[in-house]
Amino acid sequence: AGDGSGPVGAAAEDGGLPAPERVLFPPTFSVSEIKNKQRRHFMFLRWKQQQRKEKLAAKKKRRKEREALGDKAPPKAVPKTIENQRVYDETTVDPNDEEVAFDEATDEFAPYFNRQTVPKILITTSDRPRGRTVRFCEQLSTVIPNSHVYYRRGLALKRIIPQCIARDFTDLIVINEDRKIPNGLVLSHLPDGPTAHFRMSSVRLRKEIKRTGKEPTEHVPEVILNNFTTRLGHSVGRMFASLFPHDPQFIGRQVATFHNQRDYIFFRFHRYIFKSEKKVGIQELGPRFTLKLRSLQKGTFDSKFGEYEWIHKRREMDTSRRKFHL
Amino acid sequence: SSQVVWDTLGNRQFCSYKITTKTQNFCRNEYNLTGLCNRSSCPLANSQYATIREEKGRCYLYMKTIERAAFPRRLWERVLLNKNYEKALEEIDENLIYWPRFIRHKCKQRFTKITQYLIRIRKLTLKRQRKLVPLRRKIERREKRREEKALIAAQLDNAIEKELLERLKQDTYGDIYNFPIHAFDKALQQQDAESESESDAEKEEDDEDTDTREFVEADDSDLSDFEDMDKLETSSEEEQEEEEEVEKKASHSKSKGKTPLKGPARRKRRYIEIEYEEETEPTTKTKAA
Repeated sequence: AGDGSGPVGAAAEDGGLPAPERVLFPPTFSVSEIKNKQRRHFMFLRWKQQQRKEKLAAKKKRRKEREALGDKAPPKAVPKTIENQRVYDETTVDPNDEEVAFDEATDEFAPYFNRQTVPKILITTSDRPRGRTVRFCEQLSTVIPNSHVYYRRGLALKRIIPQCIARDFTDLIVINEDRKIPNGLVLSHLPDGPTAHFRMSSVRLRKEIKRTGKEPTEHVPEVILNNFTTRLGHSVGRMFASLFPHDPQFIGRQVATFHNQRDYIFFRFHRYIFKSEKKVGIQELGPRFTLKLRSLQKGTFDSKFGEYEWIHKRREMDTSRRKFHL
Repeated sequence: SSQVVWDTLGNRQFCSYKITTKTQNFCRNEYNLTGLCNRSSCPLANSQYATIREEKGRCYLYMKTIERAAFPRRLWERVLLNKNYEKALEEIDENLIYWPRFIRHKCKQRFTKITQYLIRIRKLTLKRQRKLVPLRRKIERREKRREEKALIAAQLDNAIEKELLERLKQDTYGDIYNFPIHAFDKALQQQDAESESESDAEKEEDDEDTDTREFVEADDSDLSDFEDMDKLETSSEEEQEEEEEVEKKASHSKSKGKTPLKGPARRKRRYIEIEYEEETEPTTKTKAA
């Protein structure tokens, strides 16, 4: 035992002692080479303590320097976040981009944004919906004005769609259910508009949200779309915007938010009140859920022959933790 | 010799097609008519035997006779049955004429069953079939974790509030909310200056001040019920003048951030500080008496 720790201890102390006149080579052992677990653990703790001390000393020094400089100190370093470090996406939309503006003026949502059509939504589920899904559908239909819930009863989507178009529906929402909880959402803009397929998670019904107020009223809510930066995100954002009528009724003081963060779209429905110039209070009503885009298809729902604009391919797209697509 | 076969395989020794369960014996032989292991259903133990089998949606009648027992390759004779149900039944009858009743009956039963399930297959393929996609546990866990982190990073409430205030600033709401911006700020700043100079002198008098400044507003606004917020809005203008007093209270009670909100709520609880003056007569005077 003595032999084992002898050279090791000596080597460690070489580094700790004040440097002699000639240059010291760094100890050529590393903590991981010690075979004995206890001793290795001990050496590792010692090394860790040393690291911590060094870090603390460095911090103190830096702070002293900063104080010494006073006003001339360099600005504080901004901490790195995932949003900061995001891989630059070449399809990020520049607000002044003409091409994008032209595209948006001529895509499927143009009639909506020109106020030529009023949105009319059909909400349905997959076969045989269970309690939670049914209640979720009902709550969703209270949140979205001018929406109707219809039971599926085993009908094929391809046959529903022409009927919907005939009856002037502009959007179709299908909530897919798995084991009694809703877990998927297909949003299809009807007169052959794009179809988006989302995976839905953490669905909370109204009674599961704490401190929720009264029911959402019939007023048209405002819409907030946050963080939809890329082209894809833009088109998805427009899809969501086209669900709600264009002119919100501010008397209702309701706001529906679609917030995109790291490719997860959070939906919240609030009632707000302006308490003063600088302060607003919000109270959550209505269901909440998060969506993650799985695929965006050019035409209406057609899984086999449709033309996909974007599919989430796990192996290609999930390789980097700093790369997001919306 | 079929009896010999049955005695060895069926009852006593090992038959590789036989499956025994608690209640019954089954026969795995593909030419078996009923699927059970019986003396009359065993294709090995009967020299005259017939079955119905289907291939790719068409039904065939297979027959085995004693004459061909020596030729295994030609043992089973195959007859294609008509697609029509009744005609096929007639064909079975004419092929199995003079055969034992049991085999004929069972053949027809089996044929019926097969046609029924073929019909069902055809019907089901027309309907939509639910595609089962397996979940991958690692991916599910990863996604859940990332969602939680994204939620924390999103700071939704703050973002929404900021956005709403932005919209208010940019005048999207028009004239609904009348917060007179500049005038309010100026008045506030003026009162700030005044109150700061006066507060030092008046801090000591604060206790008594609360008695004199009784807030008479009987506001029944419940902060959790936002529908009645209109009252709060109208009273916010009255509050401008009383900002001074509220601010003093704020400095006194150290809840600065909350007082503008809790104005009406605080008015409910009247901070009347009652000073007790106790006149305790010295009890030790009894001796004097």
